[in-house]
Amino acid sequence: MSIAVENVTRRFGDFLAVDDVSLEVPTGALTALLGPSGSGKSTLLRMIAGLDTPDSGRVLIAGEDRTSQPARKRDVGFVFQHYAAFKHMTVRDNVGFALSIRKAPKDRIRARVDELLALVHLEAYGERYPSQLSGGQRQRMALARALAVEPKVLLLDEPFGALDATVRKELREWLRRLHDEVHVTTIFVTHDQEEAMEVAEQIVVMNEGRVEQVGAPRDIYDSPANDFVMKFIGPVTRLGEADVRPHDLDVLLEPREGAEEMQVKRIVHLGFEIRVDLETGDGRQVWAQLTREQLEQLELQEGQLVYVRPNTRPRLAAVS
Amino acid sequence: MKAKYGLRFAALGYLAILLVAPVGFVFYKTFQHGIGAAWDSITTPEAVHAFWLTIELVAIAVPLNTIFGVVMALSLVRTKFRGRGFVNSLIDLPFAISPVVVGLALILVYGRKGWFGEWLINNGIQVIFSFPGMVLATIFVSLPFVVREVMPVLREVGTDQEQAAATLGANGWQTFWRITLPAIRWGVAYGVVLTTARALGEFGAVSVVSGHIRGQTETLTLHVEDRFQSFDLTGAYTAAVVLALLALITLLSMNLMKRRGDVA
Repeated sequence: MSIAVENVTRRFGDFLAVDDVSLEVPTGALTALLGPSGSGKSTLLRMIAGLDTPDSGRVLIAGEDRTSQPARKRDVGFVFQHYAAFKHMTVRDNVGFALSIRKAPKDRIRARVDELLALVHLEAYGERYPSQLSGGQRQRMALARALAVEPKVLLLDEPFGALDATVRKELREWLRRLHDEVHVTTIFVTHDQEEAMEVAEQIVVMNEGRVEQVGAPRDIYDSPANDFVMKFIGPVTRLGEADVRPHDLDVLLEPREGAEEMQVKRIVHLGFEIRVDLETGDGRQVWAQLTREQLEQLELQEGQLVYVRPNTRPRLAAVS
Repeated sequence: MKAKYGLRFAALGYLAILLVAPVGFVFYKTFQHGIGAAWDSITTPEAVHAFWLTIELVAIAVPLNTIFGVVMALSLVRTKFRGRGFVNSLIDLPFAISPVVVGLALILVYGRKGWFGEWLINNGIQVIFSFPGMVLATIFVSLPFVVREVMPVLREVGTDQEQAAATLGANGWQTFWRITLPAIRWGVAYGVVLTTARALGEFGAVSVVSGHIRGQTETLTLHVEDRFQSFDLTGAYTAAVVLALLALITLLSMNLMKRRGDVA
């Protein structure tokens, strides 16, 4: 089911959380709402779910106006950052909650819960309580619970935010695969650009309550719409008057046309990639990202003088 | 090490002098003239009536205050309304006011010369010096416990689970019974125990509104005083022991419930 948000605004007192946002998510897509904290992404998601109501504007699901419909009638699966597990219920009862609310027959609930537990690899944990699960397991349980009545829309609010790095990476891949299997229109909120790039088909970059750019991960990285998106979506260093990606810099040993003289201050080995900290004659800091191969060819030493110039056209059309 | 033992000795000594010794002495005095004498003094018609009257008061005041307490805590924590702060401080009034004053206030409102008194008496309802007044007094003095126990639990539990239930299709009523109430159950249980203990032991307010009519408006606490004033010490001590046992049963039953709840 497609989701559309039309001119939605939401204020909390004097704070403008969401400022006249319009957005469309096509059926079956996996979309990330990406932005720093306070950018309004969670508020927007909660308004789509019906957990919050816009001050003005409309929320449409499958073309129908649902702006004032309560959450329980929206057929939306919602996953919370801190799991929102029902602590007094077993994993089984958590997952089967939506079905038992709908008074489904017991054997149907049992069959469906078995199916979902298999989907999230928690078959062996059905009789446990949430407090006996790890964070990653709890979040998978929450996902199974949200999928129980086959929602048309799946919304995830920083679903991996409270998990450690390894589990987070594992769950990202898992969400990606799940989406390929279940094909429910999915929106997830994150402040982690790497997570958004890795999981989403479409990224919506938000800042200060507004949408800055919408596009495929690669388009957003390669042609950011403005300075904010450029800085938020990937590494940035400032060369002369322009912001550039540090891997878009040529480091040369001889002076060339358009290249600026700089001194190598420090060479940092980060596995395959190398970070070279540079300083211009008037004390500005620049850094370049090189591969190990490039570094070996250049035979760079700390303290050495080099010449640096961008090797592509500027990514930000507005700045050039 | 010495400081640790010193601390323990002080704490236990304090308990022994102020709590264990007097209560133990009451038990000792009760059975001083044998179990027979104690049994005789607690099976007099007045004592039996006082016992059942106390049970009735508890059976009415505790459920009412429990329902009121949970509803009040929910509206104070989960909703915003004008005058919330005022209502919140009003809840503590029964803690702040002396029970005797509560009793007097009830007489002023419901008594023969009170605001509603004449209308009530003309309609055949006697509040003061009878059962309804004692119910009102008991409810008044034991009102804050459930609210005060449930509010912090509600805050700590937060709204995440309730919101999750809503997105899963639960309406307000289903969410309350299946999510909110189980989450706050120990807060409610503890509130019920405190309310029961307070309702059992109330003396001041009930004493003022009851009129001390033996065999009619005399609760166990009033019966203790009545026996004491009449130099029937065994009677007074026995009734006191019954009161203590009732409180003990309340506490034990909560602990049992809790233990069973932890296993599940």
